[in-house]
Amino acid sequence: MWEYTDKVKEHFLNPLNVGTIEDADGVGEVGSLACGDALTLYFKLGDDGRIADVKFQTFGCASAIASSSALTEMLKGITLDEAKKISNDDIADYLGGLPKEKMHCSVMGREALEAAIANFEGTRVKEAEGEIVCECFGITDRQIERVVKENQLTTIEDVTSYIKAGGGCENCHDQIQEIIDSVSGKEPRAKKKKTRLTNIQKIKLIEETLEREIRPALEKDGGDIELIDVDGDAVYVQLRGTCATCRLSEVTLSEYVQTKLRELVTPELVVEEVHP
Amino acid sequence: MKMVYVDNNATTQVAPEVFEEMAPYLTEYYGNPSSMYTFAGQVGDKIREARGKVADLIGASPEEIVLTSCGTESDSTGIHAALRSSPDKRHVITTRVEHPAVKSLCEDLAKRGYRVTFVPVDNQGNLDLDYFFDHLSDDTAVVSIMWANNESGVIFPISKIAETLQDRGIVFHTDAVQAVGKIPINLSTLPVDMLSLSGHKLHAPKGVGALYVRKGTKFSPFLIGGHQERGRRGGTENTASIIALGKACELAGQHIDDENTRIKRLRDKLENELLARIEKASINGDPTRRLPNTTSIGFDSVEGEGILLLLDQYGICASSGSACTSGSLEPSHVLRAMGVPFTSAHGSIRFSLSRYNTEEHIDYIIEHLPPIIKRLRQMSPFWKKSQTG
Repeated sequence: MWEYTDKVKEHFLNPLNVGTIEDADGVGEVGSLACGDALTLYFKLGDDGRIADVKFQTFGCASAIASSSALTEMLKGITLDEAKKISNDDIADYLGGLPKEKMHCSVMGREALEAAIANFEGTRVKEAEGEIVCECFGITDRQIERVVKENQLTTIEDVTSYIKAGGGCENCHDQIQEIIDSVSGKEPRAKKKKTRLTNIQKIKLIEETLEREIRPALEKDGGDIELIDVDGDAVYVQLRGTCATCRLSEVTLSEYVQTKLRELVTPELVVEEVHP
Repeated sequence: MKMVYVDNNATTQVAPEVFEEMAPYLTEYYGNPSSMYTFAGQVGDKIREARGKVADLIGASPEEIVLTSCGTESDSTGIHAALRSSPDKRHVITTRVEHPAVKSLCEDLAKRGYRVTFVPVDNQGNLDLDYFFDHLSDDTAVVSIMWANNESGVIFPISKIAETLQDRGIVFHTDAVQAVGKIPINLSTLPVDMLSLSGHKLHAPKGVGALYVRKGTKFSPFLIGGHQERGRRGGTENTASIIALGKACELAGQHIDDENTRIKRLRDKLENELLARIEKASINGDPTRRLPNTTSIGFDSVEGEGILLLLDQYGICASSGSACTSGSLEPSHVLRAMGVPFTSAHGSIRFSLSRYNTEEHIDYIIEHLPPIIKRLRQMSPFWKKSQTG
């Protein structure tokens, strides 16, 4: 059972400001059914430019409902400039804290608020322009970058807790690590300087990449890969286990093995599958 | 506050008769059954009696029962023993809907170089038998398929699988933790090689289980140590709990008709009334092939954690296949393997009954759940859309 604070329980059991506003000035919709939570936030401004009314509808767990209710209480009577300063941490703090695995609920609150303000101002939310990193939850690089910066996150697990990215198929973990590294000022692992390789160096690097990067990823799905030969830029491999029988094995090869080898060894490589 | 416990697939209340039976072995009779004097010997006698009762419940003989510490230990012991008995074979078959005790073990085997086939299920939760037969090979060392699923309650065609595997040199192990005590099991006529069961799912305490190993099945111990369990599991016996398990198995045998009549009727009533009172609710799993005590119901457009916490306000204990309750972000692997749509997977609740549930309990749930769903739906941005759309 989660250890929710009394404040979270209170806002879950008796949420405030549930509903919709027909003639809202700003509406922000974030999340989806597939992702397991979603929030629609409505606000209406008074003549003094302050938020006069605010309502929400939330699909999600207790902490998602509590975060939404808390956010609406925080927004009442403040200006949009003040509202823009509300961070996900402020929402969590208002509730006396959230379990770490539930921090994404507070991030969802902040995102809905931004979406609603952007809707009022007629602008687009910046994050939407980024590139999707986590396909499972539709999270962009900009969203991840921001949450890492604002909350000083240091691990992939943290990122998953805060914004869900990486919590599904886990294929994007390398990319998330790169974003964490670049925010913290570390040299991104994958972008080593590349110089022309001799044949021996190339083969060695291919072997190392298969061993360290590719095999562990395939093994997660019960597959395996073996290097058969390297001839010029052609890399011959054999797939085993589930990969060998998987109908998607062509996708595995071209999309994954080749991309990885091109990225980490040399961009000219062409991967070909040898059948036993 | 009143409590209605309908989460018996998670764990069960220790039966008062069981507690009474075990209590003296926690206090007075503390002897080690391996010792030579009468004081300890009487504990050994009692364990023999318990082993016999466990065997009786599943139609086995006492020497086919290895007593363990839990279902997970039984599963790990059985599967590892099977792999060690045919070291040249590198293929394992299991299903996509196993309990983590088998699922995580098989995923680990895949990392250790075994080829693992995870057999899919259809949207009713029934096993894809063609897929299973197609993937059997000479390299297959062990097949581990659960008897009944803990979430949907769907029962798998164990006798058909067992008969197919007979005399093929493939060990057939079944995790029957949810089935034992709920449906009749008779291994004297069924060629299952190994079967796991767990005490706390049938009104014995936590921390005791058993592995059935058919006579003639090659075996090597998982816990290596003393000569206990005839060398098949080292470690001093958990005497009181083993005696409790024996008593619990005896009682389960006596109640199995009740389980399949009265409890089944209560389950059906709960299910029918909830479906009648709550729109856009659906059963997860084949209604014709389920454990008599289990129902998993998906409620559209709401999230399970909220439902559980509001039920908790009324003292109703149930569980959910939703993501939020487990700390993961996706609905349970069982509901996903069944292809339950996201609209209802996140709002799926499992009720699992036991012989201690009454008609009054069921009426209490039927009274309190519909307003909870209504309240959460009014809060949900998807509910109105699903109504108009």
